[in-house]
Amino acid sequence: MSAGATDFESLLREALSPVDPPADLALRLEQTLVSLTELAQEELEAWELSAMRDPRNWARPVAAAVVGAGAGTALVALRVRSRHRSRKQQSANFFDLAERTLRDVAQEARRVMQR
Amino acid sequence: MHTRVPESKAELDGLFTELYRSHLRDVYSYSYYRVGNHHDAEDLTEQTFLQAYRHFERALRESNGRPLRPWLIRIAHNLAANFYRDRSRKPESALEDADVISAPHTTESLVEGREELRAILAGVQQLPNDRREALIMRFALGMDNREIARALGRTDGATKVLLHRAIRQLQGIVSDEVAEEAK
Repeated sequence: MSAGATDFESLLREALSPVDPPADLALRLEQTLVSLTELAQEELEAWELSAMRDPRNWARPVAAAVVGAGAGTALVALRVRSRHRSRKQQSANFFDLAERTLRDVAQEARRVMQR
Repeated sequence: MHTRVPESKAELDGLFTELYRSHLRDVYSYSYYRVGNHHDAEDLTEQTFLQAYRHFERALRESNGRPLRPWLIRIAHNLAANFYRDRSRKPESALEDADVISAPHTTESLVEGREELRAILAGVQQLPNDRREALIMRFALGMDNREIARALGRTDGATKVLLHRAIRQLQGIVSDEVAEEAK
């Protein structure tokens, strides 16, 4: 390699120096990832408690555990979270909200597992 | 990051955190040089890590212990391609407040040096997409030929040729610009 080429590569390395991300981006991203994990856990717990009241639903927590064990959790959590407000508005009380959340999680979990 | 497939969700999340902390600057640098401004680079970085989180377990399984940086950069590369397609945009011609341009300088030789760097940055933006990306990966992220090949889905040999041609073309662009300014 010629000296000219080496010099040019040094300049190129200097021109394309790494760019530090803004501090608030790192913070925001970490919060998003943590809340995704927590949300998935909360939704699954609500799902399990509610489903246990009706034996016909006992298969659902098993499906939740399968989804919860993989990275598909994030996808389910993202989609379920996006509809949280509308579920809350439609619900008469906590148990109604839990039932609606359960149905929503079950639907999304089935979609993720069918992919 | 070389690792085995974890047995629990907590372990998986821990490994993802490690990946994220190790490569946040890489993904951000790549995004910044691809899209040309901090605002869109932040969006692209965020989307890259969310996408990576969704497919992390499978990536670990299929990586056979190889580093995951090329996989991460490939996600950013695909998202950047969608970004331009969806918004019908092209990379901005001038990078905003690039450090090399705004850095203070006191001597004439340094000023000349900065101008050359400015010309190089402008030249990089004129390169075809694959050549520009290969240069960003090599010089901004310090990736070797094998990593770049994996990120771009090419062979090691094709990547070596790509880099060589990219550097030669860029040298030509910069020389032409310097000659034009000297007239």
